[in-house]
Amino acid sequence: MSGVSTTLEPGMKGIAQDWSSDKDAFKNVSWGKTMMWIFLLSDTFIFSCFLIAYMTVRWSSPVPWPPTSEVFALTLFGQHIPLLLIAIMTFVLITSSGTMALAVNYGYRRNKKVAASLMLVTALLGLTFVGMQAFEWSKLISEGVRPWGNPMGAPQFGAIFFMVTGFHGFHVSIGVIYLTIVAIKVAKGHYEERGYGIVEITGLYWHFVDLVWVFIFAFFYLW
Amino acid sequence: MSSATAEVQQHPLGVYFKVWVLLFVLSAFSYMVDYMQLQGLLRWGLVLLFMFLKAGFIIAIFMHMAWERLALVTAILVPPMCLLVFIAIMGVESEYTWISRMFHFLGGVAPELNLPVHH
Repeated sequence: MSGVSTTLEPGMKGIAQDWSSDKDAFKNVSWGKTMMWIFLLSDTFIFSCFLIAYMTVRWSSPVPWPPTSEVFALTLFGQHIPLLLIAIMTFVLITSSGTMALAVNYGYRRNKKVAASLMLVTALLGLTFVGMQAFEWSKLISEGVRPWGNPMGAPQFGAIFFMVTGFHGFHVSIGVIYLTIVAIKVAKGHYEERGYGIVEITGLYWHFVDLVWVFIFAFFYLW
Repeated sequence: MSSATAEVQQHPLGVYFKVWVLLFVLSAFSYMVDYMQLQGLLRWGLVLLFMFLKAGFIIAIFMHMAWERLALVTAILVPPMCLLVFIAIMGVESEYTWISRMFHFLGGVAPELNLPVHH
């Protein structure tokens, strides 16, 4: 093998070459994107700690866990539908992930008008999600769910519910602000020279919020 | 590294629409698991299957992991594997806590454990 190769090797050979190379290990990836991925990795551990705490608390409880399917049921037009609000919230968040993915695509096509509007639609869907979560919180609080107890079962239910969904809702709220700021900057043409990698980076954060919800939906609501 | 050398993640729109529809279908499936009141191994198996499929598609396509170089993919996806160890440790721990609570606080309310009851 001769000294400097100009093309990047794929596969395992590529890993060895990238990590042993000069300056940077992550070829073809901007610093902003690398840093966002590393932040998301750390955030993965934070959410994992919450979910593992939930598992520990639930498995060690001698008192039955509240039946989530019933706790989060809604009665609509005289129909009793389990987990209805949560299902709608899930679909809203997936829709927002779709519009975000399209925004990234239009950003790289340098179509700033469409990219910015798709980002604003994403932010709006995120806001809808947070609104529905606020409704869910007030419903449960009015039913007597508190961090230290509730009328439905294991007293730890409230603490886990408020911490996990609260921390996720906080991420969604921050994401809405982040998206709005970047969307405005995109629309104003602030990235015409630097390129539209920022839309992809913002997208990574937003898709991560959706990703976390996939796990919360499965473990907290369906379990 | 400037953005001039950074690779642009430009893919045909069709891929995103397909994954979008797929995520909708998978979410509907996992909701149906609850709606149909499936129980036991079938319930947990399906919930986990749909969860991992959804997570996989979001990471691979929406977050572009499928097109990244292995150096980045492994740096991000391998460290969370240690969570499996954490889950295993806390699983054992919670089982132990549960048995202690049954044994000491509830006076052996769990007959299926077949523990000698001391008061």
